[in-house]
Amino acid sequence: MSRHRVKAVSYDEDDFDDGYDSPDPEEQEFLQQCTTEVLNQLRAGDPPVTATRDEVQEALWHYYNDVEKSVNYLRNKKTKEVKKKQPVPAPVPAAKAKTGAVPVYPVPLSPSASSAAHFSAADFFRDAPWLNIPAHRKADILVEPLYPRLGLLGGAPESGGKVSKLAALAAARKKKEGEKASTPTPTPTPEAEKPQSSPSEQKGTPLSLRERLASNAKPQKPLEGLQSLRSLGKGSRLGSPSPQKKASPEPTKQNSPEVVVQSIPEPPVPVDQEQEEASVNIRAPPSTFASTIVGDATRPKMTEPSHLCANTLDLIKIYGQDFAEPFDFAGPSPDDVVLNAQSSAKAASKSGDKKSQAGLTEGMNNLGVEEKVNVKSKNLDVLSEYQKSQRKKAMNFAVIGHVDAGKSTLMGRLLADLKAIDQRTLDKYRKEAEKIGKGSFALAWVLDQGSEERARGVTIDIATNKFETEKTVFTIVDAPGHRDFVPNMIAGASQADFAVLVIDSGTGNFESGLKGQTKEHALLVRSMGVQRIIVAVNKMDSVEWDQDRFDEIEQQVSSFLTTAGFQAKNIAFVPCSGISGDNVTRRSDDPNVSWYKGRTLIEELEATEPYSHAVDKPLRMTIGDVFRGSVQNPLSISGRMDAGSLQVGDQILTMPSGEKATIRSLEVDGEPSDWAVAGQNVTLNLVNIDPIHLRSGDVICRASAPIANVTSFTCKVLAFDHLLPSMVDIHRGRLHVPGRISQLVATLDKVTGASIKKKPKIVAPGTVARIVVEMDQAVPLEAPTRIVLRAGGETVAAGLLE
Amino acid sequence: MRLIKNKIEHNASGTVTLCPEEPEDMWHAYNLIRPNDLLRASAIRRVTTTQETGSTSSARVHLMLEIRVKNLDFDPQSSQLHVSGTIVNETAHTKIGQHHTLDLELNRNFTLEKEVGADGEGVGWDSIAVQMLKDAVDEGGNRRAEAVAVVMQEGLAHICFIGQFQTILKQKVEMSVPRKRHGGGDHDKGMSKFFQVTLDTLLRQLEFNPSSTALTSNETVRPVLLASPGFVAAGFQKYIQSVASTTTPALKRLLPSIVVVHSASGYLHSLAEVLQSPAVKTILADTKYARETRLMDDFLEQLRKETNKATYGPREVESAVDQGAVGRGGGLLIISNRLFRSQDVAERKRWVSLVDRVRDIEGGEVRVLSSDHESGRRLDGLGGVAALLTFPIVDDIEDDE
Repeated sequence: MSRHRVKAVSYDEDDFDDGYDSPDPEEQEFLQQCTTEVLNQLRAGDPPVTATRDEVQEALWHYYNDVEKSVNYLRNKKTKEVKKKQPVPAPVPAAKAKTGAVPVYPVPLSPSASSAAHFSAADFFRDAPWLNIPAHRKADILVEPLYPRLGLLGGAPESGGKVSKLAALAAARKKKEGEKASTPTPTPTPEAEKPQSSPSEQKGTPLSLRERLASNAKPQKPLEGLQSLRSLGKGSRLGSPSPQKKASPEPTKQNSPEVVVQSIPEPPVPVDQEQEEASVNIRAPPSTFASTIVGDATRPKMTEPSHLCANTLDLIKIYGQDFAEPFDFAGPSPDDVVLNAQSSAKAASKSGDKKSQAGLTEGMNNLGVEEKVNVKSKNLDVLSEYQKSQRKKAMNFAVIGHVDAGKSTLMGRLLADLKAIDQRTLDKYRKEAEKIGKGSFALAWVLDQGSEERARGVTIDIATNKFETEKTVFTIVDAPGHRDFVPNMIAGASQADFAVLVIDSGTGNFESGLKGQTKEHALLVRSMGVQRIIVAVNKMDSVEWDQDRFDEIEQQVSSFLTTAGFQAKNIAFVPCSGISGDNVTRRSDDPNVSWYKGRTLIEELEATEPYSHAVDKPLRMTIGDVFRGSVQNPLSISGRMDAGSLQVGDQILTMPSGEKATIRSLEVDGEPSDWAVAGQNVTLNLVNIDPIHLRSGDVICRASAPIANVTSFTCKVLAFDHLLPSMVDIHRGRLHVPGRISQLVATLDKVTGASIKKKPKIVAPGTVARIVVEMDQAVPLEAPTRIVLRAGGETVAAGLLE
Repeated sequence: MRLIKNKIEHNASGTVTLCPEEPEDMWHAYNLIRPNDLLRASAIRRVTTTQETGSTSSARVHLMLEIRVKNLDFDPQSSQLHVSGTIVNETAHTKIGQHHTLDLELNRNFTLEKEVGADGEGVGWDSIAVQMLKDAVDEGGNRRAEAVAVVMQEGLAHICFIGQFQTILKQKVEMSVPRKRHGGGDHDKGMSKFFQVTLDTLLRQLEFNPSSTALTSNETVRPVLLASPGFVAAGFQKYIQSVASTTTPALKRLLPSIVVVHSASGYLHSLAEVLQSPAVKTILADTKYARETRLMDDFLEQLRKETNKATYGPREVESAVDQGAVGRGGGLLIISNRLFRSQDVAERKRWVSLVDRVRDIEGGEVRVLSSDHESGRRLDGLGGVAALLTFPIVDDIEDDE
């Protein structure tokens, strides 16, 4: 509160610290004295113990320089350590093994008498009527034993190598118990170690609860006097419908604190049977449950062991752990266990304080709410695997064009004719399409899977589909033609090696398309680096395969495409009809088409040369979609790899979130694979990441070569519209972010790239300019990347990041 | 804002007492109050007293404090204005020179004094400030024309309130919607989830009471503009309709005020396009926003058509004014009010004098755009000032460099 008080406190603290830190010479001297004293006493003591000075000093520190206590402590500690060092002998001599095997727990030998007073379940249930269920009604009870599992709930996975200390302790204890079981049932009294009951035999025989109770006690003679007690319950039992009422032995009963003595193994030993025959018993045999609870020994014995004996199961045996089992005090008491564990832990910590601390921090690091999934990497050399693999050449192509040019229908036709889609599905689509009055859209439904797309008859988002020819695996990227979905088209085109431009040859439609998306799409794919373009002049059937119309379109489009930057040799024209299938996969047999001698669409596709991809560059992949793959793979991402390679088990970094993830498995073109390289369409099933960090448009890379998140970049663009400082949308594949042109640096010469005019007020369409773009959010972008700038629903510029 | 007392002297110094009534008034106050002004308002201050024994006690006291403004902090989301400065009046609990931050509150008067020093070091109530004051205390009563716009695309929605002077982005809804896939209904599921979240957020922002008892209430509902590329907005409207007809009948009240508009993208800067669409124009016929947006569009159009008859950027515009190009007969100076908010007195004086010169000497027209509107932001991108010229001038500035 008040200032001066605070000051005073701080002053005191300073004083205190000073005294504490620097060792007082007087104290030091006293400590030396004590140390030598302790060492002397230890050496003089019986047995003589040696300890290092450091240990002694530490002990003294803990006991506040009390010599006597320190000596005691050190002696105990040392003797224990010596004991521990003794080799563990095989468990043959039982008594010896006991002391030798578990020196960690100094076991107090329990007096046998103490176990005599135990409560017996057999006595308690002795006269319950349900103990005598007729034998034929007994059921076979088979219960899966509940083995105590190692490890802790929710702790480290069992497969994970490291076990916690507590788990280790539990394991040690269990092991010890196992040892104990292999020796005769731990009875310290000599009577229990009868020669006839060899350890293995004892282990094998099922022991009932009662037998266990009894086994600890001294064998006693049956008490005849109890028979009268037993007869009390007889009345009810007499009526029990037992088919074979045989003379069964009178069970030895007692109400006295002394324990029943019958160490009869199952099946009953003949000696006991003789005893049993002595008396006649008309009671029915007990139920399985009863015998399970009470044990065979106590139940009325049959003269001969019947097959029903097989029914007798020992519940306790089944469950492995007997909670009602009287504690034989042969093992260490719980307190001892704790104390021993503590002392050993203390010893460990003293011997290697640093080591344990490191372990502790490691343990802390391993703590987490989520369970990490470890995926083993095969550590393949992906590049050499890739070279070795004999795959067909694979290519992606984007299908672009104005809205309603028939892109989806043409591709649907291609897939149907190449049997990439079966006839039944097609018929189903046809029927459904006719039902809503859009019969001509049936083929497009192959690619337009969305409910909205079908209802409206327009492609909204890109659809990918795969088909194979003899030489090549093609992946169609069917792009939407509507101007509102150009962002989706950009995403599709960024995955393409080449493009198929579909043009509606219908009167008026071609002209409107050329002003619309035919032009925009062609410019976009060119500015995204697509070199080759196949122009499919579609709907030729609607103009009766008019050659003049085709020539007119060819002439106009090719002149436009050459100005857009396509080389003439990379442009091909095919007149075709998607709805009828002419010139798509088969040559048209329409006589009107006889003038066309060129290749069909599929032949043109196959004539395309594959492109090489930067497989040896650092990994880059733009996420196309984030989805729930299946139950096994709750988080999957898909996309086309831009550069580099990856394999199962790799750790990847997602940008801009900067989160790490592990690839659990991956698919290449829908087929499971161990690795993937650039150019392939992959689906990655990820683990160890929250889906919130993944968005379509994010980039995947490696932590060793991450892609930088930038908020501003300079780029060289070709303007399609007037450029001035304004708001724009920035597109790069799936990535779509708002930004603004903050600066027009210069207009450039198209050929030489030299600056023509610095700081222009406005950049006219068709000129090349260098501009600075700023964004509000950090976005993963790096040079050289092709970007598209749009504003107001129109593409204003496209260019290359610098 | 209500004007309580007005004592502005001829030499532009003087005091004004104002009472803010609605959240947007805070934005006006933010524009009116400048550093070095004197602001008097009620305040709550924690006063700590130390007894002779050293024990301390603290109490919260209500005070009338007058501070010399040092800094302003405006939070457009919640329309809160915090003004910090040093205390200039002595009270029982405070000393002169102590610092205090005044939180201006609605319906609590504050008095603002602007001084012009003996040698004119202060700006006082200059023409811009007076104009702002007039805007702020608009007695016409047609200020309330407000709309709510939801600009959206797949997995992204911006909910914003369009006021007279500012557009406030209230909330952004962003969700990852799975793309369409073969045989997967994930996309539709994702979309309806997205619609649901967007609707919930919208209703919360509207403070719309969706309980059935509110069905009969006569509370007016502001127009709600749904804008998107493609069919997202239409789908959202359909979703609202289906919700209204099934689970939440109270939503029926909202339905008539919904207008679906096309926009190029789901980002906020598409609002300009939304505001220009014919459907919206009929609703928000003459809001300041719509006027400003049209003005900016005109300017950009002019710039495209004839590069030399429109210019932008501080130096370019000043040079154009110097050449007399922003004068009578079509000269138009467009200036963002961000420039007047400058901390630097000289900077503010520079722009005020430019505005005065164009308006009074050259005879041109001056429009001050709110930087909190989308159009103002566009103008800010151009350097905050632009001009339509009466004759083309050769921009020789670049050549000098």
